Amino acid sequence: MATDTLVTPARTAKAGPPAWRRLFGSWDAVLILALLVVVLVASATIEGVGSPRFYRFVALEAIPIALIALPMTLVIITGEIDLSVASTVGLTCSVLGQLWYLGVTSLPLLILLSLLLGAVLGAVNGVFITVFGLPSLAVTIGTLALYRGLAYVVLGDRAIADYPPTWTQNAVAPIPGTVIPWFVLVLAALAVVFGVLLYATPIGRSLYAIGNNAEASNFAGISVLRTKFWLFVATGAMAALAGVFWTFRFASARADNATGLELAVVAAVLLGGVSIFGGRGGLVGVIAAVALLGILRNALQLADVPANALTIVTGTLLILSVVGPNLVRMARERLRRRRPATTLERKPS
Amino acid sequence: MLPVLALEGVDKSFGAVAALRDARLELYAGEAHALVGENGAGKSTLVKILAGVHGPDTGSVLLDGQPVAFGSPADARAAGIAVIYQEPTLFPDLSVAENIFMGRQPLKGLRRIDAAAMRERTNELFARLGVRIDPDRPARGLSIADQQLVEIAKALSFDARVLVMDEPTAALSGVEVDRLFAVARSLRDNGAAILFISHRFDEVFSLCQRVTVMRDGRWIATDEIGNLTVDGVVRTMVGRDISALFPKMATEPGEVRLQVDGLTRHGYFDDVSFTVRGGEIVALAGLVGAGRSEVARAIFGVDRYDAGQVRVDGRPLRPGAPPAAIDAGLALVPEDRRQQGLVMELSIERNATLPRRWALSRLGLLFGGGERRSAAEWAKRLQVKAARNTDPVSTLSGGNQQKVVLAKWLSTAPRVLMIDEPTRGIDVGTKSEVHRLLSQLASEGVAVLMVSSELPEVLGMADRVLVMHEGRLVADIPRDQADEESVMFAATGQRGAAA
Ligand SMILES: Nc1ncnc2c1ncn2[C@@H]1O[C@H](COP(=O)(O)OP(=O)(O)OP(=O)(O)O)[C@@H](O)[C@H]1O
Ligand SMILES: [Mg+2]
Repeated sequence: MATDTLVTPARTAKAGPPAWRRLFGSWDAVLILALLVVVLVASATIEGVGSPRFYRFVALEAIPIALIALPMTLVIITGEIDLSVASTVGLTCSVLGQLWYLGVTSLPLLILLSLLLGAVLGAVNGVFITVFGLPSLAVTIGTLALYRGLAYVVLGDRAIADYPPTWTQNAVAPIPGTVIPWFVLVLAALAVVFGVLLYATPIGRSLYAIGNNAEASNFAGISVLRTKFWLFVATGAMAALAGVFWTFRFASARADNATGLELAVVAAVLLGGVSIFGGRGGLVGVIAAVALLGILRNALQLADVPANALTIVTGTLLILSVVGPNLVRMARERLRRRRPATTLERKPS
Repeated sequence: MLPVLALEGVDKSFGAVAALRDARLELYAGEAHALVGENGAGKSTLVKILAGVHGPDTGSVLLDGQPVAFGSPADARAAGIAVIYQEPTLFPDLSVAENIFMGRQPLKGLRRIDAAAMRERTNELFARLGVRIDPDRPARGLSIADQQLVEIAKALSFDARVLVMDEPTAALSGVEVDRLFAVARSLRDNGAAILFISHRFDEVFSLCQRVTVMRDGRWIATDEIGNLTVDGVVRTMVGRDISALFPKMATEPGEVRLQVDGLTRHGYFDDVSFTVRGGEIVALAGLVGAGRSEVARAIFGVDRYDAGQVRVDGRPLRPGAPPAAIDAGLALVPEDRRQQGLVMELSIERNATLPRRWALSRLGLLFGGGERRSAAEWAKRLQVKAARNTDPVSTLSGGNQQKVVLAKWLSTAPRVLMIDEPTRGIDVGTKSEVHRLLSQLASEGVAVLMVSSELPEVLGMADRVLVMHEGRLVADIPRDQADEESVMFAATGQRGAAA
């Protein structure tokens, strides 16, 4: 007869896993490690990677993606998605350009109107999703087309490019004494705001609750629909901010600005470990993923990898991002669960 | 005689938690066998090993004396073991009949599913149990008790040699329990073995011939029911004596706290009016499906209602707005803890503090461990058995999950506490602690509205018993006149009981 003194050492180890294993068991750690490896390997093998100019370029490219990825992370955590963000960028650029063209010359006013427009576009998404109860995937595919179409209505195929040089230069100006664009500081400040919101406020707590179980959240007194509505408004406003940056960085407002950017954003959020089903993930991984994707893409470009191959790499990473965190989780479960110590005969059937 | 099904020296760990250590069990054909133990003692884990959901770490499962390894629940089912799990596992978008015949639907020509035959056999099963549920309706939206009845029908449909029931009665009232037991007895008399888990000892003693007691994952004792007393079993289970079960203190009822006037939701309940005073515990009794939970949900605002009004401390409450209800001092411990009471993937800590996330924040920020301290305090008060408070509630035993739901709402210090099956799945020791807490809250002036299917709980705790029958309030019985007879009389819709 089995006695309870016959325990194997694995079972008597009551302490949690050691710190290194906890770290490597997390997707965030996998990403940060991958980031380091890519940086080291690419700097050693590809000419031009690792130079200050390289990072400056990566940063400028990553800023709009990161700006939108911040609210998108929150949206996807609640189990929704917003695919209209790139079109929101496009429409904001177009309206901003047209306003300038029509004689609005105050920069603060232009920025304010752009942000307001973005918020309204987000609110339109929010109304369809929360008031009419439509799925966000369908609604935002619709507004993806709609907002882009409106952008063409506003600007046609014109490009508005004659902004004061100080505006366009200031948009990409470095922090004095460095090569880092000062806008990275704006991004960092916003990342802190969103990080605190997600990790250390009652609202952040509700977001995870909603993403995992909207019904129980409702029973706990969380206004599920209202919360989601404001998330879409915030996403619209952040996309608009990205649009303002985009216009001045390229000194060009066109209706097709940022076409396809939503894929880069969603790819970064998912690669960052946020579950497409909601309820799981966080901002640390997402920020690491934005950096990883940006560095990888630019390094490969410098290595003269053709554009098609770049698309394949991004696509592969996207698939990996959906599978990866699950694999890590499964591996952890496997570690926790011990295999049966005695193999039993299967009953002949 | 060989036992049909037996466990020998089974160990099972989840990470650092040893759920079973040297668990044993012998089930014979033709016996009803009770398995009792405190919350987290390992009963459900043992059931899941019998059912092939988990494999044992060590030890063996014996079927007719032969060791077997069930690779999946399908293996166990093929071996003639039918299981009713503690938590219903229905597919919400399938119909009730489809759920019952999942994976073995009756077929007609061309391998098409014979929906008519399926419906008919479902109706036969429901008739045996005296259940009235439409076989064609989707499982989504069924009350927890109805879900439980569907699970029972599903298990019965297997004609199994071994029927395992993990707290099947926790959400059922006396009438349904009697019917279930009648069916179980006839199965037993036809040679089936029945394993029955419950925290209600009157049920154990009325159905079972033998009892196995578990504590901390270990087998403690197995004995004939004739050699046992309730007190003896409890002492073996808990390892100490348990004080009186229902210590409701007498209180002087204060002002009217909750006033419900003509509340109506078509198809659910009709013209329900009552009041609850501060210091009062009012029980809402009735059969499964009488509309009790629906009334509580409508008051709290998670469901809409068509007519009527709710007042809290004299002020009208905005309908359909749980945040407003919480602000007004209401709390609702819902019936379905897995869907409504808890976010299963989140930790004990997060769940226990969710309704107070704003109250615990300073300047809108949740720094400094306020949540952790509060959760730790309540987990201790309610004796939640968990490795860490940062573990997801999905890893807790059923009774311990219920304790987390209680902690979540009791900690809001409500002025009106509505509590739907407060002790569903909770063991004796904690049950008396919960009752003591409710009683204490009442004495502090809280108005308590308690929906309960457990008659001893209703009679022991309530100052007044409101009885519902088919969506209507049919009786309001003061404590000194409330007894089993008067409550059941009204609950089954017989005239003359209304006061
Ligand atoms: N999947 C799991 N992961 C981690 N721990 C688990 C898991 N399932 C069960 N446990 C732990 O195993 C122990 C036994 O749980 P079990 O559900 O068997 O208790 P129980 O006797 O059925 O209790 P109750 O009366 O509350 O239903 C508990 O401490 C529980 O926390
Ligand atoms: Mg259990």
